[in-house]
Amino acid sequence: MATVLLQPEFARRHTGGERIIEVEATTCQALIELLDERHPGFADAIAKGVVVAIDGQLYPDPLLQALKAGSEVCFLPALEGG
Amino acid sequence: MGNEERQFKWVGTRQVRPDGVEKVTGQANYGADFTLPGMITGRVLRSPHAHARIRSIDTSAASALKGVRAVVTADDFPNLPSEVVAGGESPVNYRYISCNAIARDKVLYEGHAVAAVAASDPAVAEAALKLIQVEYELLPHVIDVREAMREDAPLLHEDLFTEGVDPKPARPSNIAKRTEFLLGDPAAGFAECEVIIERSYTTQPVHQGYIEPHACVASVAADGMTTVWSSSQGQFMVREFCAKLLKIADSDLRVIPAEIGGGFGGKTTVYLEPLAIALSRKSGKPVKMVMSREEVFKASGPTSGGVLHVKIGARRDGTLLAGECELAYQAGAFPGSPAIPGCMTAFACYDIPNAKTVGFDVVSNRPKCAAYRAPGAPMAAFAVESALDELALKLGMDPIELRLKNAAKEGTRALYGPKMPIIGFVETLEAARAHPHYNTPLKANQGRGIASGFWFNIGGQSSAALHINEDGTAEVVTGNPDIGGSRASMAIMAAEVLGIDYAKVKPLIGDTASVGYSFLTGGSRVTFATGKAVVEAANDVVQQLRARAAKIWKCEVEEVIWKDGVAHPAQGQTDTRTQLSLAEIAASAARTGGPISGKASLNAGGAGPGFGTHLCDVEVDPETGRVEVLRYTVIQDVGRAIHPSYVEGQMQGGAAQGIGWALNEEYVYDEQGRLQNPGFLDYRMPVASDLPMIDTVMVEVPNPAHPFGVRGVGEVPIVPPLAAVANAVARASGVRVNDLPISPPRLLAALMK
Amino acid sequence: MSKHHISTTINGEPVEFLCDTAQTLLDVLRDELGLTGSKEGCGSGDCGACSVRVEGRLVCACLVLAAEVDGCEVETIEGVAQGNVLHPLQQVFLDEAALQCGICTPGIIVAAKALLEKNLDPTEEEIRFWLAGNLCRCTGYDKIVRAVQKAASVMRSA
Repeated sequence: MATVLLQPEFARRHTGGERIIEVEATTCQALIELLDERHPGFADAIAKGVVVAIDGQLYPDPLLQALKAGSEVCFLPALEGG
Repeated sequence: MGNEERQFKWVGTRQVRPDGVEKVTGQANYGADFTLPGMITGRVLRSPHAHARIRSIDTSAASALKGVRAVVTADDFPNLPSEVVAGGESPVNYRYISCNAIARDKVLYEGHAVAAVAASDPAVAEAALKLIQVEYELLPHVIDVREAMREDAPLLHEDLFTEGVDPKPARPSNIAKRTEFLLGDPAAGFAECEVIIERSYTTQPVHQGYIEPHACVASVAADGMTTVWSSSQGQFMVREFCAKLLKIADSDLRVIPAEIGGGFGGKTTVYLEPLAIALSRKSGKPVKMVMSREEVFKASGPTSGGVLHVKIGARRDGTLLAGECELAYQAGAFPGSPAIPGCMTAFACYDIPNAKTVGFDVVSNRPKCAAYRAPGAPMAAFAVESALDELALKLGMDPIELRLKNAAKEGTRALYGPKMPIIGFVETLEAARAHPHYNTPLKANQGRGIASGFWFNIGGQSSAALHINEDGTAEVVTGNPDIGGSRASMAIMAAEVLGIDYAKVKPLIGDTASVGYSFLTGGSRVTFATGKAVVEAANDVVQQLRARAAKIWKCEVEEVIWKDGVAHPAQGQTDTRTQLSLAEIAASAARTGGPISGKASLNAGGAGPGFGTHLCDVEVDPETGRVEVLRYTVIQDVGRAIHPSYVEGQMQGGAAQGIGWALNEEYVYDEQGRLQNPGFLDYRMPVASDLPMIDTVMVEVPNPAHPFGVRGVGEVPIVPPLAAVANAVARASGVRVNDLPISPPRLLAALMK
Repeated sequence: MSKHHISTTINGEPVEFLCDTAQTLLDVLRDELGLTGSKEGCGSGDCGACSVRVEGRLVCACLVLAAEVDGCEVETIEGVAQGNVLHPLQQVFLDEAALQCGICTPGIIVAAKALLEKNLDPTEEEIRFWLAGNLCRCTGYDKIVRAVQKAASVMRSA
């Protein structure tokens, strides 16, 4: 079971306002697919311009990342830099 | 600090950079130094107006001028749809990049490119520009971010509707986007606070100020094969943007990186390259284009100026309970200011249970902003760190103690969501408190400021190839331009893994056709992400070397140990075999399976967040309002310094840029929206006599996601200085200036109040 | 209009070239003579990236007309090393990492060499004011100033 934390704005638009969501998934890809089933359009929203933080680490290629029991997943705007 | 001490042979040593001799003798080739036979010169016609509709462009007289080989306007470029698509590392709207490179329908700022000419002689190209007839319909313009946000402001884009507000607005606006981040319950948090500081701040747009103007050469062959030599922060970025803007297949476009004379984020986009390609395509000649300094100021990206409002609250004991920050950043002519990272970084140094930030991305009739070192963070830190200094004064607390009491640590939840991984912020504060600088007495009119700063740092896609030569030396090829010594870092890491001499590893920066995709040099990512690719490629080579030794020894690869550049039989084996050096294995490569080459391509996650704390002493001249920086110390968690001198250099350079931002640098516009100071004389960057020595303390809290513990170091050091200087001025003079720059007239006016 | 025929000495070698009246020394060095070590950062004498010496005097090549150097001795960054033997300033800049992107480095080395030929023991303040016309955006000047101090010390003990 992983816990997804969403910012209010993102939640308002993509999960009907739900900000903390428990998902049974062992990879980030499965997690996104499950959320997309519950909230159609979620995967599209993640597909562009989002990085994922899993237990505090930012990953630019989230789909491949494994989730542990109790993992915490946050979706953030993609970051670049100077 | 939880890291087992490992002894490194090369990591952490101060080697001479491999590209150094070329650079101290004038032999290195930067963007403007490249020539091709038959090359002609391109020049750009730029808008004299801040905002106007282009009614017509007549290029016939210019085209007819003897020596003119090509003239292009927006009509020579595909009219791209306005849509946000996935880019190299984050979403991109190519229409904006295209329309910024050459104006379509409207000019949106003074200096906006309208047409370009290529001619056999620069003087002819200049003369041709004067023959281009552009009929403009002048439109009202808006420069100031607050004015641009008003409902009755002149609109830059009729199809721009504010994103991030519900319901979708019925009318277009200059506010491209509203973003919000929330943690806990700020209203409840403030209700518990015993002390609250609430202030407004403004910062000015500032230019990255690289000494090398944008420059490129483009050559399009008759079969469409296109080659571009250019100075940029990423040859793959140039390829991607030009391919999209001109509809060229990636495989038909080869971009060869020149040496880059400074970027700081400002060379993460294209300006001249698409024009040069279009001119070369039309003329059949290689076309060279170089910006003048005036063009750099008027038409390339500064970072945003901003308007910020901050509220922070604490208990009497200094415990922060709530924070709010609203910020509006100027994007320039097209959306894309760093308002989002501004919102995300504003409170990132601190453990604040209830916090909210709201950001607005606002267009106005200024050049489109570009990335600049930790984009968005310095302005937010200026506001928050200034407010914290006032809070410390109000509480009668030492400003370092206040920060230590609330400092983010591993496990602290950031406002933007995740918990912090292993970080070294507390260590920077403790080092600052222990530094002799912090306890040195001050004289009259002198003050000491302290401020901290945060930047995420990024990872991303990188490739590396490592080739072992016949004599046992090596080449390491990567795809990232070397802005500040990264070749040396790549060679150090490769030498460390291979176990051979640093001098035997030669780093090379490949063009887009000779090395795998690598995202650009930016986001403090190269030593981390590309370094990780180099280490993986070197590990790949070590595996192969062990396998070759196993073949020679007729044993299993597991029975071979690689140590200090030499294959050893594994322990416990009867040692009848001799050792094999890398050079010996390389010499026999043909008989053991052919050339030995390693490679790695990866998308690096886990870039370690960076934190810094700066100490600044100033003296204020009460007669003139002039501020002199007397002493400056930069303390930063660098993870692990691969080449300490170049890490220190990043820290010192970032601090110097931040000092300029705080004290001098700004854009001055006249009533017509024309830039009044597009040159180094009037846009006053710090010169040698403006600054003291900049002391550095490298704190090393290794990043577990990198084999040597690297964290990005390039961006953090520009985050604290704005507030460090402002806090020092406030403590020296008793007057707090919340509007940058703290130039002599502004400070004098404040002192006289 | 006909071009000017200029005879000069550049880095010890006799050089002749033709130039237009409006061409600067920097234009000719870079575009006609292939001496691209002198850089153009501003074209207005503010950045010092094109620092060269004419008759020993430190100037910005972008502010000198090419025709003005007729009969003069010109020294550019390309003339600072003796063959493949680096000048102490060049060696110390490498050892001390006094460059990052390196675009300002040629101008700074030419300028610092002019200083050390006049004053082999400059104070930090003298170095900072002498180099105030040479912009560097990467380093914050710290390592540059230290390198000039160290080169002076190397040259004093030579």
